[in-house]
Amino acid sequence: MGKFSYQLVEDIAKELYIRALKVLPPDVREALRRAYERETNPTARTIFETIFKSIEISDTKDMLICQDTGLPIYMVEIGGGFAVDGAKIKAALAEGAKRATVEHPFRGSSLHPVTRENPQTSIGKGLPIIYWDFNPEADYLDILMMPKGSGSENMSAMKMFTPAEGLNAVKKFIIDTVTNSGGNPCPPGIIGVGIGGTADLVGVLAKKAISRPVGTRNPDTFFAKMEEELEEAINGTGIGPMGLGGDITTLAVHIEWAYTHITQNPVAVNTQCWAARRARAKIWADGRVEYGF
Amino acid sequence: MASYTLNTPFDEKTMRSLYVRDLVTINGHIFGMRDKNMIHCFDKGNELPVSLDGFPILHTAPSLKKVGDRWEKIIIGTTTSTRMDRFSPALMEQYGSRAIIGKSGLYQGSLDAMGRFGACYLAIVGGAAAIETTQIEEVEEVYWPQLHPEAIYKLRVKGFGPLIVAMDSHGNNLYADVQAEAQERLPQIYRNYGILTE
Repeated sequence: MGKFSYQLVEDIAKELYIRALKVLPPDVREALRRAYERETNPTARTIFETIFKSIEISDTKDMLICQDTGLPIYMVEIGGGFAVDGAKIKAALAEGAKRATVEHPFRGSSLHPVTRENPQTSIGKGLPIIYWDFNPEADYLDILMMPKGSGSENMSAMKMFTPAEGLNAVKKFIIDTVTNSGGNPCPPGIIGVGIGGTADLVGVLAKKAISRPVGTRNPDTFFAKMEEELEEAINGTGIGPMGLGGDITTLAVHIEWAYTHITQNPVAVNTQCWAARRARAKIWADGRVEYGF
Repeated sequence: MASYTLNTPFDEKTMRSLYVRDLVTINGHIFGMRDKNMIHCFDKGNELPVSLDGFPILHTAPSLKKVGDRWEKIIIGTTTSTRMDRFSPALMEQYGSRAIIGKSGLYQGSLDAMGRFGACYLAIVGGAAAIETTQIEEVEEVYWPQLHPEAIYKLRVKGFGPLIVAMDSHGNNLYADVQAEAQERLPQIYRNYGILTE
């Protein structure tokens, strides 16, 4: 308690990275349980059982869920009337991510793209990735932390469609992208889809889609129905957990969308693994902090 | 779908008795290897400092800390195997490894080598690093420590698994079978959801 400070944001940024790596969100656990109940393939059921045992061990022994500590992503939402210095928040998030890596300690998974030198800090040019948004309804600062592993991220795809290709080409692209990924992204996880915007915005939309709690639907009924359809279609492929066959290939398809140009229709697929890790904190001006997912 | 508990090192007869979908649990020693140490060996011409004769290789991504002269585990998980595919036939036929443990499988050349040599690909559950780490009792040796975290790690394991036989010495590849089945289902899926195909 006390007062909001940038030191507090830094401490929370550190705490969120570690929490995200260790505590799987309840909606993800519940989705895995429901998937297991529906799964009929014996190999797939063995995989689910191993996943549940591993989650339990991570809970009881305070261990990381997966060794891939990912690239650190912070999604920041600033409440209306919550006066903050963005530059200081940016610096605090970077320092927090670094301290989590060095002080816990765990493997820094990020490095220079050409020299491949890894400073073992999880930060560097362009990292952590920070997305900023604003919420006029909130009187707090909301920080969602997502460590993004490479097995799933490597299976992501983006394509610029033309208006003439229509919605069916978009749906086919999404289904084909997931099918061709096979076991690489550690299915069954969340398939994030971005539709619209520009080549860059569409990727962010897909990333925001995987940050939603599993099973939440897009508030727009058209996109909600499309999410349901794509889930059924993808699960119909039989790719299954870890690509070894089964009824469940994805826990959920989430779509986020934006208006786009009259001549274009960008689509992005961002793949998330079964260990769909994220951790959230809300911070109030009086220094009160509420942790969640 | 039979279940086996196997002690290392493995012999050819045992590995040839395994078929895809069988489950395997391992006791004994396995060697953690990945990109950099395989490049150091095969591309830079360094002989492996340890014999793999009959032992499994694990495509690992370890997080360790050195305490005195011991290496303590923080978290040890498994990485995607396809990146290391081109080294796999030689690790089996030249260095004697009888099993490759990883996720996402290997390609046809590696499957052919498994048939010739008598070896299997054992799939681990990716992302389940917490259980994997507790099944590793100790990091006994680290070879080529200058390459850490991509050195070669001799790991003593107990009850390591369940691992799924996903590629066997009889030419079966479960990943390829599942993918072929999915490709076969796709036209009907497109029709079901009104997605027209040419």
